[in-house]
Amino acid sequence: MAKTVLMQGNEACVEGAIAAGMRFYAGYPITPSTEIAEVSAVRLPKVGGKFIQMEDEIASIACAIGASVAGVKSMTATSGPGFSLKQENLGYACLAEVPLVVVDVQRSGPSTGLPTSPSQGDVMMAKWGTHGDHPIIAIAPSSVKECYTLAVRCFNLAEKYRTPVIFLMDEIIGHLREGIEIPENVEVINRPTVENPHPKRPAYAPTDNLIPAMAPFGEGQRYNITGLLHDESGFPTNDTKIAGDLVTRLMKKIENNYDDIVEVEETHMEDAEVAVFCFGGTARAASSAVETARKKGIKCGMFRPITIWPFADKELKEAMKNVKKIVVAEHNWGQLVNEVRRVVGNDKIIEFVGKIDGTVITPDEILAKIEKED
Amino acid sequence: MSQMEIRLAGSGGQGIILATVILAEAAVIAGKHTAQSQSYGPEARGGACKAEVIVSDEEIGFTKVRTPSFLMALTQKSLDKYSANLPADCLVLIDDTLTAPDSIKNNKVVKLPILHTAAEKVGKLMTANIVAVAAINGLLNIVDDESLKTAVFMHIPKGTEALNQKALEEGLSLIKKGENI
Amino acid sequence: MVDMTNVSKNTMNTADIIYKYMRPEHLPHIWCPGCGNGIILRAIAQAMENAKIDRNKTVLVSGIGCSSRAAGYIDCNSLHTTHGRAIAFATGIKMAHPELEVIVITGDGDSSAIGGNHLIHAARRNIGLTVVVMNNNIYGMTGGQYSPTTPHLEYGTTAPYGNIDQPFDIAELAMGAGATFAARGAVYHSALLAKTIEKGIRHKGFSIIDVASLCPTYYGRKNKKGSAVDMMRYQKDNTVMVEKAKTMTEEELNGKIVIGVLRDKEAPEYSEEYAKLVEKVKGGNK
Repeated sequence: MAKTVLMQGNEACVEGAIAAGMRFYAGYPITPSTEIAEVSAVRLPKVGGKFIQMEDEIASIACAIGASVAGVKSMTATSGPGFSLKQENLGYACLAEVPLVVVDVQRSGPSTGLPTSPSQGDVMMAKWGTHGDHPIIAIAPSSVKECYTLAVRCFNLAEKYRTPVIFLMDEIIGHLREGIEIPENVEVINRPTVENPHPKRPAYAPTDNLIPAMAPFGEGQRYNITGLLHDESGFPTNDTKIAGDLVTRLMKKIENNYDDIVEVEETHMEDAEVAVFCFGGTARAASSAVETARKKGIKCGMFRPITIWPFADKELKEAMKNVKKIVVAEHNWGQLVNEVRRVVGNDKIIEFVGKIDGTVITPDEILAKIEKED
Repeated sequence: MSQMEIRLAGSGGQGIILATVILAEAAVIAGKHTAQSQSYGPEARGGACKAEVIVSDEEIGFTKVRTPSFLMALTQKSLDKYSANLPADCLVLIDDTLTAPDSIKNNKVVKLPILHTAAEKVGKLMTANIVAVAAINGLLNIVDDESLKTAVFMHIPKGTEALNQKALEEGLSLIKKGENI
Repeated sequence: MVDMTNVSKNTMNTADIIYKYMRPEHLPHIWCPGCGNGIILRAIAQAMENAKIDRNKTVLVSGIGCSSRAAGYIDCNSLHTTHGRAIAFATGIKMAHPELEVIVITGDGDSSAIGGNHLIHAARRNIGLTVVVMNNNIYGMTGGQYSPTTPHLEYGTTAPYGNIDQPFDIAELAMGAGATFAARGAVYHSALLAKTIEKGIRHKGFSIIDVASLCPTYYGRKNKKGSAVDMMRYQKDNTVMVEKAKTMTEEELNGKIVIGVLRDKEAPEYSEEYAKLVEKVKGGNK
């Protein structure tokens, strides 16, 4: 059995990424994600990988995309202010179908905000921060162990679907230290590629599952990558039919694989009349609150989306069928709560617990809403 | 022990965060569940900083200290800042140079010469955090001495083993002597 | 005047260049009649031929603007990125696979305004990229706004009363940031330009070739520079080789475009230095 070691969330994220095959990291220092850069700088050269500290956040994601098109699994990490800056090239990676993991260790905002305080205020930015319609996958860990295991999952999804995946961490988990058992083996998925490619093979012709297979730059398939809408050869087009088909394929390649991508955790939901909806670091307060409620005889459960985007519509609807009240707890003014409302409709009572002052939502605050007579 | 909620406070640069990391490391070595976190302002040195560690026999949900079972403070500023609203059964350890504020008049307060011991007996003030973890473990019996020593040695620079061994011994002896307890 | 005796050799005819290096299915290019960018494109292809680089192992990276379309016209690995970011993308490619030849094609706005930070830091690192700047002194793609290289008091659609900004000298900027190879070219001297770009490709480390292009459609029209032919003639009359420039006074050089290699020195290349670091770290791990 693997040994349990004490590890910080940010460090576990790097170890998971390396286990998944990350061999390139480009970043810029920013609290509270800096340890991800620091640990990458130490660890990557030891496993034959590469680390570079770029001149800014935009350059960091651009550099990581560059490494990825050359065939190397790459990652960049940041926090809110830097995530704002990365949006430009996040959209590029979506459209150009470049596998990439972007970590956002959320902190209090807006703007420079409270750099060392927790927040979950970037949930909607993760989905809509970059302009235009685009698909996105975002995943939120709620323990140090998950920083490791879900970092692996982020890479696997990025590779499988040739798309950027956002690892939506938060300060609570990023700076938390816990004991974790490092898995001895993890499943590693590599991007669809082409052996002995013909120089003129259309790189963006989708193969299985609407996902294109293309060789990394330098292996003989001399293709073009662009941030303009393009045809299957990868060249820009103004043909509206081709443009529309491309964006549709990008959306469908994620939508069609919803079941593979969406993951949730349900606790005590079998007989629950009250459910707490939470994700990421907030789940720790919620789990304590739910356990206390159960001890008090309240039929209370917990629903935690691990995949934030795409939103777990199907699972949430099913899980909440017999629930009368949903307590939504998130460290923001109310972001995912509106998704919950959209999915469950108006016949459930929805209580919201939010925080925007940089303090942590406590179990007591959630418990009060669980116990509140409606 | 079911769950211990430990809060350490001091000034940036005293190694308060490291002290909680060492306690957490020791807890992992001893096979316990633990959650360590910290809160701090923009100062790397000075200011008042707080670090927490929860040690439990069971899985830990909420990772922050809610009802501290133990508080240690090494500076007056951090003691005044972080000693408000402590539960009555919270044990408080303060450096003997500090004055206990009214807010903890109902708590059991232990005063120990942690800073003095580090500076004079060990010979380096910067070992105060190691003196402290030994004293804390002596008071609370969180882990066995060997686990604590292993944890300390995992987190100190090479070449400082003898110094830190001395700090551990001096820290523990503060409890064994039973002065002021 | 410019001495051409050593530069007219090693020049393929246009048809051969097109069929060997271009993607004919994507031609004709989008540039206006009289634009200098096509001449620079050809010079890059000629330089690739002369430097004998493997197209499968060559990546052309571009940003946004008129210049950016150049990358796609040449048949190699081509990455058309976001505005100003080409050098940052290229840095990732070079770091990931140092054996790849990475050439950045950029413009004056792309490289020195929105991408200025990436330019100076790549120069500082001395990473092995070759940066070719299609410098036309204007934002052409968006219709003629003044750029960081639009001369003082000249006009653009956003400088309707004359440009009060002082311009950048991009080659000087890169040298100030530590570029180990810096050169300036002009489209009138196209054979010399190909030779200069070839030197840039062969240089180990960061190289930049700031090329005076021509934009008759916007810059020329806004500033009453006459036809494309007039602008070309102006370039012919006002370019001075760097060797000759050294003998001229500041007054004589006023308004002249000094072309040729401005700096060529050896220094450790970044991706090689990182490879050494990896070896050292791995060695220390044993």
